[in-house]
Amino acid sequence: MYETLLQFLPLIFGRLTLDSFPFYDPIILSTFIVVASGGSALFAWVTYKRLWVYLWNEWFTTVDHKKIGIMYMILGIVMLVRGFADAILMRLQQAMAFGGSEGYLNAHHYDQIFTAHGVIMIFFVAMPLVTGLMNYVVPLQIGARDVSFPFLNNFSFWMTVAGAVLTMISLFVGEFARTGWLAYPPLSGSTYSPGVGMDYYLWGLQIAGIGTTLSGVNLIATIIKMRAPGMKLMQMPVFTWTALCTNVLIVASFPVLAATLALLTLDRYVGTNFFTNDFGGNPMMYVNLIWIWGHPEVYILILPIFGIYSEVVATFCTKRLFGYTSMVYATVVITILSYLVWLHHFFTMGAGASVNSFFGITTMIISIPTGAKIFNWLFTMYKGRIRLELPMLWTIAFMLTFVIGGMTGVLLAVPPADFILHNSLFLIAHFHNVIIGGVVFGLFAGINYWFPKAFGFKLDRFWGLVSFWCWVVGFWVAFTPLYIMGLMGVTRRLRVFDDPSLQIWFVIAAIGAGIIAVGIVAFLIQIYVSIRDRAKLVDRTGDPWNGRTLEWATSSPPADYNFAFTPVVYSGDAWWDMKKHGYQRPLKGFKDIHMPANTATGVILSLLSVAFGFAMVWYMWWLAVLSFIAILAVSIGHTFNYKRDFYIKAAVVAKTEDARTRFLKEGL
Amino acid sequence: MSATHAANRVYHLPEEPHHPEGHSTYLGFWLYLMSDCLIFAILFATYAVVGGNYAAGPSPKDLFDLELVALNTAMLLLSSITYGFAMLEMVRGRKKATLGWLGVTGLFGLAFLCIEIYEFAHLIHLGATPQRSAFLSAFFTLVGTHGLHVMFGIIWLVTLMVQVGMHGLTAANQRRLMCLSLFWHFLDIIWIGVFTFVYLMGVL
Repeated sequence: MYETLLQFLPLIFGRLTLDSFPFYDPIILSTFIVVASGGSALFAWVTYKRLWVYLWNEWFTTVDHKKIGIMYMILGIVMLVRGFADAILMRLQQAMAFGGSEGYLNAHHYDQIFTAHGVIMIFFVAMPLVTGLMNYVVPLQIGARDVSFPFLNNFSFWMTVAGAVLTMISLFVGEFARTGWLAYPPLSGSTYSPGVGMDYYLWGLQIAGIGTTLSGVNLIATIIKMRAPGMKLMQMPVFTWTALCTNVLIVASFPVLAATLALLTLDRYVGTNFFTNDFGGNPMMYVNLIWIWGHPEVYILILPIFGIYSEVVATFCTKRLFGYTSMVYATVVITILSYLVWLHHFFTMGAGASVNSFFGITTMIISIPTGAKIFNWLFTMYKGRIRLELPMLWTIAFMLTFVIGGMTGVLLAVPPADFILHNSLFLIAHFHNVIIGGVVFGLFAGINYWFPKAFGFKLDRFWGLVSFWCWVVGFWVAFTPLYIMGLMGVTRRLRVFDDPSLQIWFVIAAIGAGIIAVGIVAFLIQIYVSIRDRAKLVDRTGDPWNGRTLEWATSSPPADYNFAFTPVVYSGDAWWDMKKHGYQRPLKGFKDIHMPANTATGVILSLLSVAFGFAMVWYMWWLAVLSFIAILAVSIGHTFNYKRDFYIKAAVVAKTEDARTRFLKEGL
Repeated sequence: MSATHAANRVYHLPEEPHHPEGHSTYLGFWLYLMSDCLIFAILFATYAVVGGNYAAGPSPKDLFDLELVALNTAMLLLSSITYGFAMLEMVRGRKKATLGWLGVTGLFGLAFLCIEIYEFAHLIHLGATPQRSAFLSAFFTLVGTHGLHVMFGIIWLVTLMVQVGMHGLTAANQRRLMCLSLFWHFLDIIWIGVFTFVYLMGVL
């Protein structure tokens, strides 16, 4: 009887058994206990404070681009902590595993950690943080009330969450991929990775990718169609320009990722032969395809960040940005060139001298528009009245750090040099140099810059400085040793080392990672302290930095409708222009404002997607079929709701604006 | 800019710029279609790269039956024409005729799908399964992805017929019909690519 029951278990649970839960690993078990107790504490606190209804109505189901932007940022920061924990684990392992010591991580665990670190940092830290800033800032900068497709925006966010949740589940149920962050076959094929780790990877990224692609469509349409009257393309703020180019890149590259992952999924689930070694399959085709997505992805991350630096430099040097037109053209040129360099990620494939030369030269050409940008920022600073506020400090640190990273990049673009340096720690140091020194520094610049807009008070300067110095110093302490070891020929992803003379470098790198950890903690303290001292840090004007673009024309935080009246734009730096011409804020004559209505469909589809992904990972076919049908049904059901908007009454607008008038007066 | 000119500046229009629902739908939908087009581009490229790798298995010449494919192509092309008729009726505001042509379109689409499923079943019966060679993997994936799109198109078509039946040819429904029209013709264009590059060039 018992035996027959056991036979039915796989029908229900697929390949999920009690052994799938890694009780045996003390590190994972203790992590689980910490996460579970932290999660329960948070759950209990929210329940105790009776916040669930508020969270559901005001946040989870919202279609307001500002709130969705903030939720993206929270997701990115939470996942940053996870991704950074992986980094610390690796640094400790590599600092310890010398002289016959195996370190404290077995190969099975260590390989998951370096894969998860890469996947999480790119897809669930950098992407949500960049998307969050674009979501929050772009509609305000172009004088719009929301994005073109507000529901789609909510749906995109929740799909990203679904992907992140699946990836996080893999930590405690089963395993994650052990293939490196791009999962090259044949290692990632079913022969060499039969476990569930690769399947978590595939479904997590596939689901999150749907959200990313659709949010790209959304923001392009928004920038093209929703600009305030008078705002020509060449009058858009540079951040909006870079956001436009980035979203073009998203729409033109994420489908490639989706198709490539789908083919690998077919190889694993159906037994097709796209990337296998037998039956005519071609593993190198995967490497080509994934980098046709992967290289534009690099620019998806960095272009909006260049936009942030441009806004920050102009604002804090109290000058118009030097070379606006060249900045826009440089951005567009990079957008196009980013599709012509993918092969430099695998010069050693053996494509031959001519092919390698072509891709080496295109890669070097990209440094020209990038260099033009650096000079534009420098010339903006030249003879400017520079205010060394936190965003400006991050920008200066970026310029110093990023130029080095750019130069090592040009070095790697030379195919003969790449044959020596590929797959070495030199490469690791290079791309962390541009991602941390470029993207991460820029995100902190952006967060410090726009935080007062989003919440109505500035971030604390002291803890901001602590965070800033720890990050900058920590970065160099952590990655200079990697440059040096890379030049010595040490390869990446190693778990144990034989040569004892290398240990000192890994110890230094681990110390650097520790300094960065202090920087992350200081950043969290900065947020806490700022919330505590918000009365002291308050920004009454809505324009705390003497800004130049339209987001500073409205209150901090902006009302649901962003602008009581849509501004008319006459030149670039529209808000600066309005201030110069003695613009007066209108105090009466308010009208009803047309707004999109909240919906729960995004959350529901996200939950169903998690169920579907989980079912596919574990071969629970009944659940996969059910959840897929449910996804279809809910999507179709959503289209039967034709009433998706409402009006904010003029009286309500007047009340909100009067409150702001009183608030402004109190500050005088 | 002169001072007098600047003094006349109006920073708020008397009439607020209005973005009615659906004002960017067509642009957004085009962008989506282009992203979908890229998925097909990758599948075509994959077919181009591994389509000749038969792994000592059957080749296109052994497998493809051009007459059947011609019939199949005719079904899809006819469905595009009848969708066009439906849109003409929609513009004239004739609900019943619109629904009628949409129904005909759906039936042609269904016929296309049935023929494709028959073809697939036949190939698998012959032992030409997706697992047999990289060529067959790429073939089944490219053609099957197109077929899946047609299937979703049919589900969408039925949904829209119900909605037109319930609410008539309202502005929102017309917009939706227009989007599906773009989608449907887009699938037609993809199929012409499949027909040419996979079937014709494979056999001729």
